[in-house]
Amino acid sequence: MTYRWDWSVLVSEPYLGWLLAGLGWTLLVAGAAWVLALAVGVTIGVLRTLPNRAARTFGTAYVETFRNIPLLLQLFVWYFVLPELLPAPIGNWIKRDLPLPEYWTAVIGLGLFTAARVAEQTRAGIQAIGRGQAMAAAASGLTLTQSYRYILLPIAARNVLPPLTSEFLNVVKNSSLALTIGLLELTGQSRQIESATFHGIEAFTAATLTYVVLTTVVIVALRAIERLVAIPGLMARA
Amino acid sequence: MTISAVRKASPIAPASVEQPVTIEITGISKSYGALEVLNDCSMSIRKGEAVVVCGPSGSGKSTLLKCVNGLETFQSGSIVVDGVSVGDRNTDLTRLRSRIGMVFQHFELYPHLSVLENITLAQVKVLRRSKAEASEKGMALLRRVGLGDKAGCHPAQLSGGQQQRVAIARALAMDPIAMLFDEPTSALDPEMIKDVLDVMTELAGDGMTMMVVTHEMGFAHHVADRVVFMDGGRILEDAPSSVFFAQPSTERARIFLSKILRQ
Repeated sequence: MTYRWDWSVLVSEPYLGWLLAGLGWTLLVAGAAWVLALAVGVTIGVLRTLPNRAARTFGTAYVETFRNIPLLLQLFVWYFVLPELLPAPIGNWIKRDLPLPEYWTAVIGLGLFTAARVAEQTRAGIQAIGRGQAMAAAASGLTLTQSYRYILLPIAARNVLPPLTSEFLNVVKNSSLALTIGLLELTGQSRQIESATFHGIEAFTAATLTYVVLTTVVIVALRAIERLVAIPGLMARA
Repeated sequence: MTISAVRKASPIAPASVEQPVTIEITGISKSYGALEVLNDCSMSIRKGEAVVVCGPSGSGKSTLLKCVNGLETFQSGSIVVDGVSVGDRNTDLTRLRSRIGMVFQHFELYPHLSVLENITLAQVKVLRRSKAEASEKGMALLRRVGLGDKAGCHPAQLSGGQQQRVAIARALAMDPIAMLFDEPTSALDPEMIKDVLDVMTELAGDGMTMMVVTHEMGFAHHVADRVVFMDGGRILEDAPSSVFFAQPSTERARIFLSKILRQ
């Protein structure tokens, strides 16, 4: 193989700018999708543990819908199909007037998909606590809402921090699928560089290492949070 | 302090005759499908009385206790606590529960909160006391159960006996009209049991209305005013404790006592 290595491509203009722009979009998509996933996921996860049957059914339906359809397909549905199904004025607005349609579609698609997974972890985190805590809270006169707010959710949050870390990493990596609907995030930009310069190995290596740095930052940050909120006296969390 | 006769000066305490009924259980039945857990149970506890509910495992005593504050539901019968019907649809259960203290077999302290926070949470959130007032009350109760120096600890840093005493303080902080104890010493090392029973004995001596599910026959004999004996979801005996231990009226209770007292 006669591959002409040239790492300088990565630091020369405009390619360095492309990579940085890609990194920026990756951060913006992953960050916004994660916020959405946490908000929706925790809500759905709580619904699945409530005494109310309708709430549980709704939560289950959400989770099963969003975790059983491939993420790529979900992105396509949000981007290509949904605007056609909506009433014409709304559909046209999405297609013509919505600023950054690829960005918002990627955020919503990735966020709602990840929310299903966050919901399952939230549910497991709450159910792992056991009935005794909920009983003690109820016996002391706390309402159901207060029990969740002051007892169940703070304990569950600590339970699910390790699996949530993995989920956060997945959001960062899955954001690369946004290139399929035209968002030039990190992976998309490295493909662009490959097309323009034929230096694909260098470009993809740069993208890979950038993902590694990003995920390492996430891991270190969440470990720090885990230590910060560890419950004194419980060795398993120390 | 030992488990001694605080209130057993006279065999039939006159107080128990005149005082109003705090907990009135009438004809309670409960079943899970074909499995009958409670069968037509009736008993009452007057203000200031300490009543022990005992019986073999699976006899329904914990379930009966949990019906009193609505943690368990029942299909027929009625329970009235201080004039409020527990099973009534219109009853504000949350409010009623805030007036009944409960202590669990496995303590159920909130692991993420400090000992003092465990005691102040419901005072602040349910009774709307100020933080300062709740803390003051909490500290006084912690000192009363001998744990004044543990306020800043977390539950996992305490022994089982200490945790259970915190749990009692947490319940008392709500100024309850009655206290429910669900096997409070069953999960404890023998050494720790005495500390918890001492606190309960003191409570009984102070005139707290208590319903206690326990296997501690010493407590039942020397501290309780009455003993209720259950088996198979039915109440078989309900007698002053001296009578129950001296001459149980059913064969089942005699066998139970002979087994449990031989140890």
